[in-house]
Amino acid sequence: MSALAQEKEIVVTVETAKQLGLLPEEFEKIKKVLGRTPNFTELSIYSVMWSEHCSYKNSIKWLKTLPREGKNVLAKAGEENAGLVDIGDGLACAFKIESHNHPSAIEPYQGAATGVGGINRDIFTMGARPIAQLNSLRFGDPKSEKTKWLVKGVVKGIGDYGNAFGIPTVGGEVFFDDCYNVNPLVNAMSAGIVKVGETVSATSHGKGNPVYIVGSATGKDGIHGAAFASKDITENSADDLPSVQVGDPFQEKILLEASLEVAKADVLIGMQDMGAAGITCSTSEMSAKGEHGMKIYLDKVPLRQQNMTAWEILLSESQERMLLVVKKGKEKAVEQILDKWDIPYAVIGEVTDTKRLEYYLNGELIADVPAESLVLGGGAPVYTRESKEPAYFSEAKKFSAEKIKEPKDLKEVAKFLITHPNIASKRWVYEQYDSMVGTVNQSTNSPSDAAIVNIKETERALAFKIDCNARYVYADPEKGASIAVSEAARNIVCSGGEPLAITNCLNFGNPYNPEVYWQFVNVIKGMGAACKKFGTPVTGGNVSFYNQSSYEGPVFPTPAIGMLGILDKKNRMTLDFKQEGDLIYLIGEMRDDFSCSEYLYSFHKVKLSPAPYFDLEEEFKVQQAVGSIIKKGLIRSAHDCSDGGLFVTLAESSIHSGKGFDISTDESIRTDAFLFGEGQSRVVVTVRPGDEDKFLHEMMARDVDFCFLGAVMGDEMIIDEEKYFKVDEAKHLYETSLENLLK
Amino acid sequence: MKFGVVIFPGSNCDHDMIYVLRKIMGQEVVELWHKETSLQKCDMIILPGGFSYGDYLRSGAIARFSPIMEKISEFADKGGYVFGVCNGFQIACEAGLLPGALLHNSDRKFHCKNVFIKTQNNHTLITSGIPKDKALKIPIAHGEGNYFNDAESLKQMNENGQILFRYCDEKGNITPEANPNGSIENIAGVCNAKKNVFGMMPHPERASDTELGNTDGKFLFESILSLVQA
Repeated sequence: MSALAQEKEIVVTVETAKQLGLLPEEFEKIKKVLGRTPNFTELSIYSVMWSEHCSYKNSIKWLKTLPREGKNVLAKAGEENAGLVDIGDGLACAFKIESHNHPSAIEPYQGAATGVGGINRDIFTMGARPIAQLNSLRFGDPKSEKTKWLVKGVVKGIGDYGNAFGIPTVGGEVFFDDCYNVNPLVNAMSAGIVKVGETVSATSHGKGNPVYIVGSATGKDGIHGAAFASKDITENSADDLPSVQVGDPFQEKILLEASLEVAKADVLIGMQDMGAAGITCSTSEMSAKGEHGMKIYLDKVPLRQQNMTAWEILLSESQERMLLVVKKGKEKAVEQILDKWDIPYAVIGEVTDTKRLEYYLNGELIADVPAESLVLGGGAPVYTRESKEPAYFSEAKKFSAEKIKEPKDLKEVAKFLITHPNIASKRWVYEQYDSMVGTVNQSTNSPSDAAIVNIKETERALAFKIDCNARYVYADPEKGASIAVSEAARNIVCSGGEPLAITNCLNFGNPYNPEVYWQFVNVIKGMGAACKKFGTPVTGGNVSFYNQSSYEGPVFPTPAIGMLGILDKKNRMTLDFKQEGDLIYLIGEMRDDFSCSEYLYSFHKVKLSPAPYFDLEEEFKVQQAVGSIIKKGLIRSAHDCSDGGLFVTLAESSIHSGKGFDISTDESIRTDAFLFGEGQSRVVVTVRPGDEDKFLHEMMARDVDFCFLGAVMGDEMIIDEEKYFKVDEAKHLYETSLENLLK
Repeated sequence: MKFGVVIFPGSNCDHDMIYVLRKIMGQEVVELWHKETSLQKCDMIILPGGFSYGDYLRSGAIARFSPIMEKISEFADKGGYVFGVCNGFQIACEAGLLPGALLHNSDRKFHCKNVFIKTQNNHTLITSGIPKDKALKIPIAHGEGNYFNDAESLKQMNENGQILFRYCDEKGNITPEANPNGSIENIAGVCNAKKNVFGMMPHPERASDTELGNTDGKFLFESILSLVQA
């Protein structure tokens, strides 16, 4: 029997629907939409389009409460494949972050590689040329063999794909905690530049316009990837290996060049890449947006293997493919460009005015569904789930700092922290990424808190930062999410920039678990409040639920924030100490607080404590002050206090400059809290002695706490007249510890 | 001076090179598509970095069969200047324009970072303007930059002044620790016997813009211009 005949033999019941991951009520809804029972192919289509991954059914209601408007926003969240922000000079920046957690959990190399490929396609499908990539990675215990395997595979996957694709990886974060042992997080971000008015939309209209599939041939790889992303990881997840796609960065590179050439040629109605749910998703989303329909002939799709069924072709997530809707009469112009780049393509259908998607195979209509009924914002279901405050939340509040004895040897703690994998240099990781191709990375030779990307032949540059301390978010989802946004903004401000907008990647456990849903709801609240305060709308991103295993529970709620900022190059600020004798000041209030710090969590092994001190108003004022003294030229370096506290901040400014420091602590505050506490809203700056009067004058006029710490001096790190490290020695420890751990 | 930058499918440092030559050095530059067969009367042909054809087989192994490579070989045979950087160096070796081969880095990992190189022969087109004994800070970004040649060939190359650069430390000392990829004799760049074809793994075009805070690579381009235009 042929594959098609077999497919038609399947009798569809609610049991079939459940096997494909649909709920019984969703099956009823489909029957209502169609006015009949769907056949297996149609049911497959609904199962992927209504999966969590494609429909955002359990999150969209809350996502809509986030601030999404802003004067610079050209494409709002959900409107196109990525957010689009006006950056002046007639240019716009398209940027987005996306997760590839589950594929990376079982096949780290291809999982991470195709994550990079997918996010870059979201950018160039809009007609924007990618200029910078970032990533946010989370793994379990770095000492375990499994984690080592995952780290090496993910890093090599990101490197091999991104390096060949030829866009610099300019920033990122790597964080280790046991909660990610089974389910690592791999979030990839890309940003591109396009002239305002020259973007391409993911839309389809105009009856009779031809529909092209462009790029790689379609195979059985990645089938049901979207559905796979929408369930927990179990001991059987390795059986889902065919759900992981395989990447080809060379095909992506020529697809990029050809797509951008086609985009400029005024021949397109619309273009969309094929990611999750493949042909199904791109045809339905483009048709729904343009309020038209399509006839698609699946036998015209170039295939990689024989005997593929209709639903396999429809759901295949083979990489490096695009769907183009071309203006009738412009076929030759399009084909000339594709031929120049030796890219395979085929006309697979045409636009209709029926608003229905009609899929044919060998002359036979095998699926017929209304486009609108499939998509987010259309017929896809929307739910809010039950939410319940977890018991641990009030438990954390019982923490008492007094019970933690201050260690006698704080040098030992300092050494522990600068060699801790969450704090030590990630050099072993980032040197495997090409960070300099494109000749725009201004941070290579001048490090700062955010990555700075030059916009050539203008007075300005872009600033990027990915941030999230998931330990804080676990301790207090609302406050922790506000901190994640604030820290990203603080890093951009400390680099001389102004925050513009964010994209987010919301990694959570199973939304049907009320405690996980409570975390999700509170994260949205905290994120929204901070985004409003900083004027940084959310321009899109990705929700990744089901990050949990059947035996280890959910990961920390991890809302990775990818922030875009802009700066005048004349305001550029860096984090390294500049000159012996410069005065070191702390801007922001020093607090007797080491709650939730790496110090408390890892050194004292206290796993539960409230999030560190944070006040959004105070944070805003600190950032305003730092921005102002940078613009007035009153400081020579700025570096924010984050993981590891003040000591790590000072040590990093030393390590990057080779210059030591000599500071004193404050008797009114526990020395361990002073050095290693992670109270928020603090920035270390250095001031030239000749500028001190002006600096003090400016700071006195502001409602912001600040204090004198000491001076840049010699080649040693000295605290309260005690030598902690020689700078060279600290540099060696800081730069080699991760490498030694992963060996 | 007129430069031709060859674009293979998968080249990704082509536009960086064009930007430096055109905008920073103020020179005429044409893009040469790999399917073309005219070199458009260029004074120097540049083979840029990247992953030509994905480099799935062996870096540069496919690109050497591009139609334009035949013309470039003829051009080089007649004494025309050819300069390959990174993947361009690999392609030039695969095409037999330069002696030796580039193997996988000794630790099998891709490395992107600033390294230092020291000029070994200050009397060639691309090195004459480099201050003697200066350790140039130039970034590398490759997975297959481990230069190899047999002992007899290396002896000849050394005697003939064909070793252009060796990896060194910040102070200019050529040490095993300063060798980022296992290259034999710390070799980072070479030229052919006639000294008209040049290749190097580090990227001088990534170190030529003041906005990036490092212009050590400009010495090479200034060398070329001072000799050809003089």
